[in-house]
Amino acid sequence: MATSVLRLGIPGRRWALAWIDGGSRHRSGTQPGPTSNRARGQSSVTQLSLRTAQKPRKGEHKWAAVVGLEIHAQICSNSKLFSGAQVCFAAPPNSLVSFFDASLPGTLPVLNRRCVEAAVMTGLALNCHINRKSLFDRKHYFYADLPAGYQITQQRLPIATNGHLTYSIYIRKKQSQVTTKTVRIKQIQLEQDSGKSLHDDLRSQTLIDLNRAGVGLLEVVLEPDLCCGEEAAVAVRELQLILQALGTSQANMADYEIQRQITELENGGEVLNETRSFDYKLGCTVPMRDKEGKQDYRFMPEPNLPPLVLYDATSLPSDADSQQVINIDQLRDTLPELPSATRERLVQQYGMLPEHSFALLNEVGLLEFFQNVIKETRAEPKKVTNWVLNTFLYYLKQQNLAVSESPVTAGALAELLDLLDSKAVSSAAAKQVFEELWKGQGKTAAQIVSEQQLGLMQDREALEQLCQATIDGHPQTVMDVKKRNPKAINKLIGLVRKASLSRADPTLIKEILEKKLSL
Amino acid sequence: MLGRTLREVSAALKQGQVTPTELCKKCLSLIKKTKYLNAYITVSEEVALKQAEESERRYKQGQSLGDLDGIPVAVKDNFSTAGIETTCASNMLKGYIPPYNATVVQKLLDQGALLMGKTNLDEFAMGSGSTDGVFGPVKNPWSYSKQHRERRRHDEHDDSHWLIAGGSSGGSAASVAAFTCFAALGSDTGGSTRNPAAHCGLVGFKPSYGLVSRHGLIPLVNSMDVPGIFTRCVDDTAIVLGILAGHDPKDSTTVQDPIKLSRIPSEVDVSGLCIGIPKEYLVPELSSEIRSLWSQAADLFESEGAKVIEVSLPHTSYSIVCYHVLCTSEVASNMARFDGLQYGHRSGIDVSTEAMYAATRQEGFNDVVRERILSGNFFLLKENYENYFVKAQKVRRLILRDFVNVFDSGVDVLLTPTTLTEAVPYLEFIKEDNRTRSAQDDIFTQAVNMAGLPAVSVPVALSNQGLPIGLQLIGRAFCDQQLLTVAKWFEKQVQFPVIQLQDLMDDGSLILENGKLTSVSLTQ
Repeated sequence: MATSVLRLGIPGRRWALAWIDGGSRHRSGTQPGPTSNRARGQSSVTQLSLRTAQKPRKGEHKWAAVVGLEIHAQICSNSKLFSGAQVCFAAPPNSLVSFFDASLPGTLPVLNRRCVEAAVMTGLALNCHINRKSLFDRKHYFYADLPAGYQITQQRLPIATNGHLTYSIYIRKKQSQVTTKTVRIKQIQLEQDSGKSLHDDLRSQTLIDLNRAGVGLLEVVLEPDLCCGEEAAVAVRELQLILQALGTSQANMADYEIQRQITELENGGEVLNETRSFDYKLGCTVPMRDKEGKQDYRFMPEPNLPPLVLYDATSLPSDADSQQVINIDQLRDTLPELPSATRERLVQQYGMLPEHSFALLNEVGLLEFFQNVIKETRAEPKKVTNWVLNTFLYYLKQQNLAVSESPVTAGALAELLDLLDSKAVSSAAAKQVFEELWKGQGKTAAQIVSEQQLGLMQDREALEQLCQATIDGHPQTVMDVKKRNPKAINKLIGLVRKASLSRADPTLIKEILEKKLSL
Repeated sequence: MLGRTLREVSAALKQGQVTPTELCKKCLSLIKKTKYLNAYITVSEEVALKQAEESERRYKQGQSLGDLDGIPVAVKDNFSTAGIETTCASNMLKGYIPPYNATVVQKLLDQGALLMGKTNLDEFAMGSGSTDGVFGPVKNPWSYSKQHRERRRHDEHDDSHWLIAGGSSGGSAASVAAFTCFAALGSDTGGSTRNPAAHCGLVGFKPSYGLVSRHGLIPLVNSMDVPGIFTRCVDDTAIVLGILAGHDPKDSTTVQDPIKLSRIPSEVDVSGLCIGIPKEYLVPELSSEIRSLWSQAADLFESEGAKVIEVSLPHTSYSIVCYHVLCTSEVASNMARFDGLQYGHRSGIDVSTEAMYAATRQEGFNDVVRERILSGNFFLLKENYENYFVKAQKVRRLILRDFVNVFDSGVDVLLTPTTLTEAVPYLEFIKEDNRTRSAQDDIFTQAVNMAGLPAVSVPVALSNQGLPIGLQLIGRAFCDQQLLTVAKWFEKQVQFPVIQLQDLMDDGSLILENGKLTSVSLTQ
């Protein structure tokens, strides 16, 4: 899964069961505690560990799932967390490795300011308390892609704590009913990513790529407040959108990855009292090796990094070198609009349904596309919303394309919607035009309309002739109309439209027919 | 010429009395002559000659880079040197050639210093004798001195009675003591610079933690390691410190604030000073000779008008145990990187990655290193962490507070012994294991590392055996300049004799220009 930058719960998605008694939930599985190690050698993307929170007691207790998540998001930065090596995806193996990343003896970590800022911004966006002082620790384990034999993380005192993430879920698929829920965030910590091990089973070799070793990660630890896989997926999706809005992480995890995790969680019927990891190849969880499960990480303070001290407007020393200090208040002022606020704005500004605002944000680039169409068209926002979400998005999904890969630009759609708005084309014809546009042959909407004669009949006389011919050709239907059969007039309208090759405005047809039949 | 101090030879270079190449060649020849000392692991002859050539060109063009231009120096073999093998005296790093220079090495080279070679040590600097490295023990040059030979017992007149140099930077100490260079870098984690300096009759300086960059120093204990300086006089140390000190963006634990270091005045007045004598340092194991010298030194300060008072560092007795826990824990962590994958030794056993790790580490590390890794990992286990590591950290804080309290009460400098005894014969030394030896020998020195303070061992006098004895001065954090100023005054008073290496002097390599040899003011 090379494309996943946001990796779900690498050190262990924590599943726990708590029993429900008389409706009150006993959450004894809320102690996150140290969980499993990564599922190395399996999926580099995800690992699922299941553990029971409590032994079932005798008697009638229903079980409810309690899901806690640890989410690792790769920080969007030019260089690594503690070294100057470049961060760049898909570079040739071992081409982005500093002496420190390769753990050459005598090298020392130097904290990357950008990564700290990203962590602070994420903490602020997730309503966390930003610790004015945080510490770094070493977490030890031997693994081939961990050159130093330890990972530098923040175990004792992380950079941000006690936040919450608000997310919305639909109740029982009734799309219009959105409920807002909250999951507590235990902490956000800065830590190093490891390298990659590539196992060549054929030659029984393991090849190591250290390009990723030392890249900054944000580990966001959620309290086990989520009750099912769907909630977990929605919460993660919201977090992903927040990280993307902040620009602190690209968090561009493929959708199917989330989907797979949902399925996995929802199907997680068997819960074993052991640490399990997710095997990407097998597509199911497998028990982790004993050795890894019982690992003692021998945490120790990182002696080469002084405590990370952050300032706010009141604590900032007057003589501080702005290159050497981070001012939390200053970062707060630079926070961009967050997804929840964006949605609220869309609802307010365009009178859009909440679920439409969600849909617009859920696809990378879709909101921007929508806003570009709005900017360039005279059409009503509601019409734009419908076209973007129903037609445009449908075509994208059909071909599994990203917004940026769309053959139809925002400008082209705006032009088409203008034609529709000025009644130059009918809705049906507009769909045909869109299909033509999608072929990406470089023609404008107007050109397609004119070439394929898809424009509405502007010639009233011609339309009146068509109506008359239809009346003459269908005496029985005309009789029905006269007998006040309400369906009959629509049938006539349909016949006229068909005769006009869908180019006639139904409203106008109705008007002419009614006049001619003296209704 | 080689017997001169760094400052003197620097002046000679500037005046053209000697050229860098001549100086370099003399040192190289002396290195060869003193090969039996085992002071060097690698002699970087070609590099040094090339550097000398460049230096010579600069002098000819009148563009000398400063006091160190053309001066032969040696560097302990746990500092990374670009293109020059850096072994830590371990099988693990045999053949390892770093691609970069430690910051302190780079600073020396930037000043035009000539790198003569990499000096011997205990494996990964774990030891106090320079006896436990894979390249064999370092011999103390004083073993072969006229002063010692004349005074030692008759039954010891065979070569098997040579003395240890102290450690772990024994190679650096021996290299300076044997006149093969004018200054050498050591490292000091628990006394590794001061201890061999005392045994080899040199000035051995441990700067304040955070004053000098550790980048490129292969760590023993990151929170205590500092690069140390060996020279034959305090002024020379001040010159080298002036070059090495300062913030390094590559070492986040170096202090940002500029530290003012200037040349030490030639006339020093100690009458306004308060000298503290920590009573806990008077231990039964302290040799009577050293005890007596310590007391005479206190009298010396008092006679010059300084206030000398007894002070208490109440947590001293817990220090060694605390040091042991913190040291081994960091060692366990720092040594984790040596797994045979990226660099260094790799075992041929390849049935699995784990088997390869185990075999590599078994073959690569000596018993001392493996023992420390084992203890350290024990202390870091989840079930032990609170009881050992956290407790040791708390004790460390108390030890630091002891020093702070004493300095806050008005004491400027503490005066203590550096070692319990003079250098002992190798055969005597190895009767105890490394751990016991380290615990004994670090007694006066390691607390300073836990507190991050500057300290210097100044050679004071010769023992009855004709062997050097050093005393230690400890200063306030970042008052390194003040400490060296006091040390310089003290050095001037004691007039420590120059080593008389008969073999070397016979062929005229060492022309000793002054008659310091008999003017010892602190005599037994």
